[in-house]
Amino acid sequence: MKRIFLSLLFTGGLAVAAMAQSAQYESVMGKEVGELDSSKTYAPDVLQQKSNVFERIAAAEKNQWLPYYYAGYCEVMQALMTKDKEKIDGLADKAEANMDMAEALSPKNSEISCIRSLIATARLIVDPMTRGMKYGPESAAQLEQGKAYNPENPRVYMLQGQSLLLTPEQWGGDKVKGKATLELALQKFAAFKPESPIAPTWGIQHTRELLTKAK
Amino acid sequence: MWKFNLYLYLFIIAPICLLAQGKISGKITDGRKRALPGVNVFIKGSYDGATTAADGSFSFATSTTGDQILGATLSGYQSIEIKINTGSAQQVDIVMKSVANALRVVTISAGSFEASDSKKGTVLKPLDIVTTAGANGDLTSAIKTLPGAQQTNDREGLFVRGGTGYETQTLIDGMIVRNPFYSSLPDIPGRGRFSPFLFKGTTFSSGGYSAQYGQGLSSALVLESQDLPDRSSSSLGVSLIGVNAGLDNLSKDKKTSYGIEADYTNLAPYFNVIKPKQAPNLGPEIIGTSANFRRKTSATGMLKFYGYANWSKMGFETPSLEYPGLNESFKLRNNNVYTNLTYREKLNHDWHMYIGASFSTNTDDIVSDTISKHPTPTLIKVQSGLSQSRIVFDRNLGRFSMLRLGGEYQYAVERSAFDGRKMSFTDNYTAAFAEADIYFTPSFMGRAGGRAEYSSVLGKMNFAPRASLAYKLDNYSQFSFAYGDYYQKPEPKYILWDNGLGYMKATHYILTYQRMTKFTTFRTELFYKKYSDLVKTAPVYSNNGDGYAQGIEFFWRDRKTFKNVDYWISYSYLDTKRDFLNYPMRVQPDFAANHTASIVYKHFLPKLSTNLGLTYTFATGRPYYNPNLPADKFMSERTMTYNSVGVSASYLTSIRKAFTVFVLSVSNVLGNKQVYGYRYSSDGMRRDEVTPNVPRFIYLGMFMNFGIDRRQDVINNL
Repeated sequence: MKRIFLSLLFTGGLAVAAMAQSAQYESVMGKEVGELDSSKTYAPDVLQQKSNVFERIAAAEKNQWLPYYYAGYCEVMQALMTKDKEKIDGLADKAEANMDMAEALSPKNSEISCIRSLIATARLIVDPMTRGMKYGPESAAQLEQGKAYNPENPRVYMLQGQSLLLTPEQWGGDKVKGKATLELALQKFAAFKPESPIAPTWGIQHTRELLTKAK
Repeated sequence: MWKFNLYLYLFIIAPICLLAQGKISGKITDGRKRALPGVNVFIKGSYDGATTAADGSFSFATSTTGDQILGATLSGYQSIEIKINTGSAQQVDIVMKSVANALRVVTISAGSFEASDSKKGTVLKPLDIVTTAGANGDLTSAIKTLPGAQQTNDREGLFVRGGTGYETQTLIDGMIVRNPFYSSLPDIPGRGRFSPFLFKGTTFSSGGYSAQYGQGLSSALVLESQDLPDRSSSSLGVSLIGVNAGLDNLSKDKKTSYGIEADYTNLAPYFNVIKPKQAPNLGPEIIGTSANFRRKTSATGMLKFYGYANWSKMGFETPSLEYPGLNESFKLRNNNVYTNLTYREKLNHDWHMYIGASFSTNTDDIVSDTISKHPTPTLIKVQSGLSQSRIVFDRNLGRFSMLRLGGEYQYAVERSAFDGRKMSFTDNYTAAFAEADIYFTPSFMGRAGGRAEYSSVLGKMNFAPRASLAYKLDNYSQFSFAYGDYYQKPEPKYILWDNGLGYMKATHYILTYQRMTKFTTFRTELFYKKYSDLVKTAPVYSNNGDGYAQGIEFFWRDRKTFKNVDYWISYSYLDTKRDFLNYPMRVQPDFAANHTASIVYKHFLPKLSTNLGLTYTFATGRPYYNPNLPADKFMSERTMTYNSVGVSASYLTSIRKAFTVFVLSVSNVLGNKQVYGYRYSSDGMRRDEVTPNVPRFIYLGMFMNFGIDRRQDVINNL
């Protein structure tokens, strides 16, 4: 009886330990993801630290897609911000590897498509003249894919709007359409309900900034 | 109950107590004791860790206890795991080794310039070729801005390091192209036949190349065709001199694609406005078509077909040098077909296989009234056919080393008829080669191999050893050395006349230093080339010719220093002499200049979305033959120096849904006088300058490109 009781308690204890782990996951992720909202985060070395933190969490929590997602997000942001174009491909490779891991855990994910679109954009920036033909359309195709997976994801519209706004007209850009798409993104942001406190929510501020530029 | 509380305590409270903090700090360096910033250091299985600072140091607290594994990762370096005990404060210093990945290992670079999107060591991109001013989208003209190539613009072909145009082989996907240039008229070079857009990679090897390739004494232009396109598209082009259209279709499963292309060029209207030196009396008119088919047969298998057919006719009339007051005429009709089929597949973990077959045929029908004033014009018909098959096996040896084995067979038919007098020969050529790339360390490698060849028409066998070494000093710089023996059959026209000839031979020695970052390239190359057994036509046909070529070359490309500017500078110094054909002694041949330099400048104006390009080429004068001088002054006189400035502008826009480019290109924009040599009448009394047919060529064109979805929109909007 005692043994049964003990073993029950033991498994209960494990469950509690697992919950403790999970609570740690939620709290650490909550803190780290929260910091992504701060503009201080958006400096290359801070982003590198952040991507390392998320990679550590990802390595410890092998069944969660979000740490991989955020690690890749920090890497692609770093790639887009760095002035040293020679670093971009390496960062894009790392971000891509993290997206592959994330996608294996969470297939057909609209958020992952958004990061993949940004990765293609980062690769394009390295050498627009020779890479434009390949990565421009790929970036756009990823967003289309993201829209197909989840038509309510505001980040898809934000990135599409940004692309329309910033791409020269002769390459398929369209300022008017860009602005309309960004306004649609704002509506989607307003209606968007993240799945959890640590699910991706970024972009609303950036959308507003883009819209002020569009005027 | 207390017991229960105890268990409760053990299982629920205890994990919280484990948060007792141990502190771990240290420093991470690479093998040369340089600090590594950005390293992710962590306790495996926990969230605890840190990122190293600029000085390589790190420090973090951990709640784990006892024996743990400390991990460290940084891309480009081998991950490290160390056992530590977190119980007490720990100081851990770690050395990380860089990973020898395919991007970091040394590669053979002696003698070769690569243009590719995918590979490292790339000097030019395919697009660079199209946007090089003055090249008019011709691959060969663009290659001529690289060191080693001569500005020999009065005859077609790539003249490399003292070699003739015949001594350069062109290969598409490993298969020889028998007639890579349009058949040309005297003094007017034919352009390359193939559009630069067909190729994802171009390697211009100015010497010391692999045992895979044979029958080129001086150079190999290795073209690698595109794989499956990213998406379907179609294109339409209109220019002052012609039209072209193409279609590229990718299947839904993205495994199969086909493409067709056709172009029509007619220079007659242009020459009606801008009178060329030699007045056209036929055409010039060219019809070209091509088709390709590509299929991904498995995850690693690829089947490619490419076929090209072309018809051209052109003829010019020039005042006769022999008979003043009379005109001489030369008319040429050419048919050309080239097809190749290649298949590559990975056989197992270690072995790769490549099989290829090609077929080409070329007919030149010439009606000439120039050779001498005959009562009837001379009729010349030259036909050549070549079938080739080739098989290559690659085997991986360890991580980067590899062994390459292969063989090829060529069946060539050469026929010529001169006023009905017919001559012909067929040749069965077989070759086998073996070559190994061995990495002694990731930064030091050697390549050694050889090639054995047998040609039935010559009835002779040869063996050509080849070897290279490459040593990498750091991430950016490396030295390479190459040595090799190269054999080539004499030109068919000499074999037709005399069957006693044997192979011509060249031996190459090349030393290269290269420093390459992502946006800059510096290269310098020192070479020595020894020729032997060159064909002589006087006093009798023989292989008694010989010669040498030596020189130094520099190349600098910079895409970083100036915003939106990309430029390269190349300089070649060439010292060469040869005794061949009808030369009475060893002299500098008439196709070689001592100093050649090019500056290619490209400027992108994003606001106007316009690309501007400027190419300046310079070459010192070339020797020419003056029959009025005594025999010991053979080829002693030089033509004037060659100067040429080409400019181009391309404006990118969109018309409806089609991405459109307007191109304006002007060759020799400053109108510099260019003299390539002189022709003398047989009595030596009169001479004529060999100059370009038109001093300046203006090209204006519009190219539209649209994806298939968009094309539908365009059609709907029309």
